[in-house]
Amino acid sequence: MLTASAPLGAVGLAVAFSSLVLIISGSNPIEAYRDMLGHAGKLEVQVDILNRVTPLYLSGIAASIGFRVNLFNIGVEGQYILAFLVAAHVGSLLTLPPVLHVTLILLVAMTVGAALSGLAGVLKVIRGVHEVISTIMLNAIAISGLVAWLVVEWQADGGTRRTGGRVGTEPIADSGLLPDLNGFLEMFTRDLGQGRQLESMLLIAVAVGVIYHFLVNRTVFGFDLRAAGVNPTAAHVGGVPPKRTIVTAMLISGGVAGLVGMPELMSTGYFPSNPVLNLGFTGIAVALLGRNHTVGMFFGALIFAFLDKSSSILQITSSATREIVVIMQGLIVLAVVVAYQVVAQIRKRQEAAMAMLNQLT
Amino acid sequence: MLKRIRLLTTILVFVLLTATWTACNGDTTEDTDGSNGNDNDSNVDNSEAAISVGVVYDVTGKGDQSFNDAAAAGIERAENELNIEYTELTPNKDGSDRAELLQLAADSHDLVVAVGFLYEPFVVDAATENQDVQFGVVDTPMLDFESDPSGQPYGDNISGLVFTEHEGSFLVGAAAALKSQTGTIGFIGGVANAGGLIEKFQAGYEAGALAVDPEITIFANYITEAPDSTGWQAPDRAQEIALSMYENGADIIYHAAGGSGLGLFAAAKKHSETVGSKVWAIGVDSDQYHTVDPEVQDYVLTSMLKRVDVAIFELVKSTIEDNTEPGAITYDLAVEGVDYSTSGGFIDDIVEQLESLKAQIVAGDIDVPTVPNS
Repeated sequence: MLTASAPLGAVGLAVAFSSLVLIISGSNPIEAYRDMLGHAGKLEVQVDILNRVTPLYLSGIAASIGFRVNLFNIGVEGQYILAFLVAAHVGSLLTLPPVLHVTLILLVAMTVGAALSGLAGVLKVIRGVHEVISTIMLNAIAISGLVAWLVVEWQADGGTRRTGGRVGTEPIADSGLLPDLNGFLEMFTRDLGQGRQLESMLLIAVAVGVIYHFLVNRTVFGFDLRAAGVNPTAAHVGGVPPKRTIVTAMLISGGVAGLVGMPELMSTGYFPSNPVLNLGFTGIAVALLGRNHTVGMFFGALIFAFLDKSSSILQITSSATREIVVIMQGLIVLAVVVAYQVVAQIRKRQEAAMAMLNQLT
Repeated sequence: MLKRIRLLTTILVFVLLTATWTACNGDTTEDTDGSNGNDNDSNVDNSEAAISVGVVYDVTGKGDQSFNDAAAAGIERAENELNIEYTELTPNKDGSDRAELLQLAADSHDLVVAVGFLYEPFVVDAATENQDVQFGVVDTPMLDFESDPSGQPYGDNISGLVFTEHEGSFLVGAAAALKSQTGTIGFIGGVANAGGLIEKFQAGYEAGALAVDPEITIFANYITEAPDSTGWQAPDRAQEIALSMYENGADIIYHAAGGSGLGLFAAAKKHSETVGSKVWAIGVDSDQYHTVDPEVQDYVLTSMLKRVDVAIFELVKSTIEDNTEPGAITYDLAVEGVDYSTSGGFIDDIVEQLESLKAQIVAGDIDVPTVPNS
């Protein structure tokens, strides 16, 4: 009961404080919430939300694998953008049978992400470079260096046939793209309008979530990972190889990070001059919100996606400023951290009381 | 623990009560409080409006004192003169909801204006879905060059508003060269390789300066390169670049960096005050003499005017009159779609020379490049 009270209390707190902010800023919270929920009630918007959940969830998992060993992989941002670009380029170079082509593109993305992240892991193990420093530096090298250079090198037709927002890499043949899930979804609901597509990367993201859960909780490696995270010294004494655990964790984290850009690639087929950025950083918040738990992070991603998609309707109805959604995202993360701290303290006190009772009897 | 829960419950109940109270009093508060911080000027009650327009800004949004504000000026003028109503929309910071914003805008408006070329692919989708809504995109011709190399409009309801920024930049480049005491000038671009747009400004500026003074030294620097688009909103980095250019002898710097330009003006003031001799900055898009803080106003030599406001006004007008033109609508020097400003009177002495250069460009005697040499 105590476990469930923390997330619920956190959401309650966040809603309460958001309402206060709304009232102070001169908006009516009930009206704003009504608009937001009403908007999210539409099937098309729900598809938008799920499409946003996919990269956020993947990014959250990537960050959480590092968190499990007390590693702060801030490099998800650079890892997924570089992986996105390289996968888009490699995918456009060849045509393969559909399943193979898609698999190859996803593998390339995971490899690039893992390589960049693994580099930070190796630097930490061999030279003791803190992963926060090295991943920040690698982000800069990847985004402002490699990607900025390669995106011009690999531009379709030297950028002549496409204008403005269409500039990007050569498009991938249809065999390299995943079909959308509209047909499946429409069996249960109605026809999707307004050109919306439910991206099938959602299924892959869910699969990654399930694998993550089993890897961490049901394997020897997962045990090593958690042990090294809770108490590295004890884990080392207990036979957990610390260096190998760190490098492996970074490799897996980067591999998952490589997938973060794939929903966009699989729906558009090329790397544009303006890919959606910052997913790597939002993933850290999602991991915090979900307490590194498979299901928790999914709900975390869902809340973030819902709020992201609410900013547009608030501007149309003008019931609140669009910035409120960012404030709410921040408040929720804060509230979760506080709520879990409070629950942990209560639990500790209860345990102490129990121990005292046991001693007395 | 019980105490804590009680406290939390009290807070919750209090907030909910306050919320209910404001909900009941919603009507009165809304009337008195027009500024809910949303910059939303839609006159929904004005049922006699000729058309309704949805303006979708770029990520930087209104308040950059440059590009987006020029668009805002256009729609405000249309509201005053053409009896329209409009709603303003801005995407999330990462631009992840561009498609949905366009769709939402199309649901309830007759014309949707997207400010920025990044909207191109999303407008094509939204316009195909909403055939009865007109769409206009600033800074891209909205022509399909892939199925036809000569360029075909994507659809009857899609127009692209393009500007000959290189021509306007040529004139301010010439002005910089004419006014420079040191024989060294600078250029700061926002984001390199962003569809080649900012390179057009640089190419024109350099060509204009070299046309007047073939010996001139020109520093050119971009704040970021695509896909890193933070260069549009990084006044701090613009200021650093500008200061280093001034310190290395440049006395006039032109920027094409959207919201980052504010850092250039600050740098001009700072450097002038520390060194004691005056250096200048050149504004872009809007007449920045009038948009910047009064205290840096005296450092704005001139501005390259890109009349996004005129283009949007004309688009609204043609939509009301039902004679919109699909595909590219070009605003060049000849129709004053681009120009230079004389506000402040700092370049009054060289207007004659600039006008003669302008006439030569309009007549086709000078061919301004769109791609930089270097």
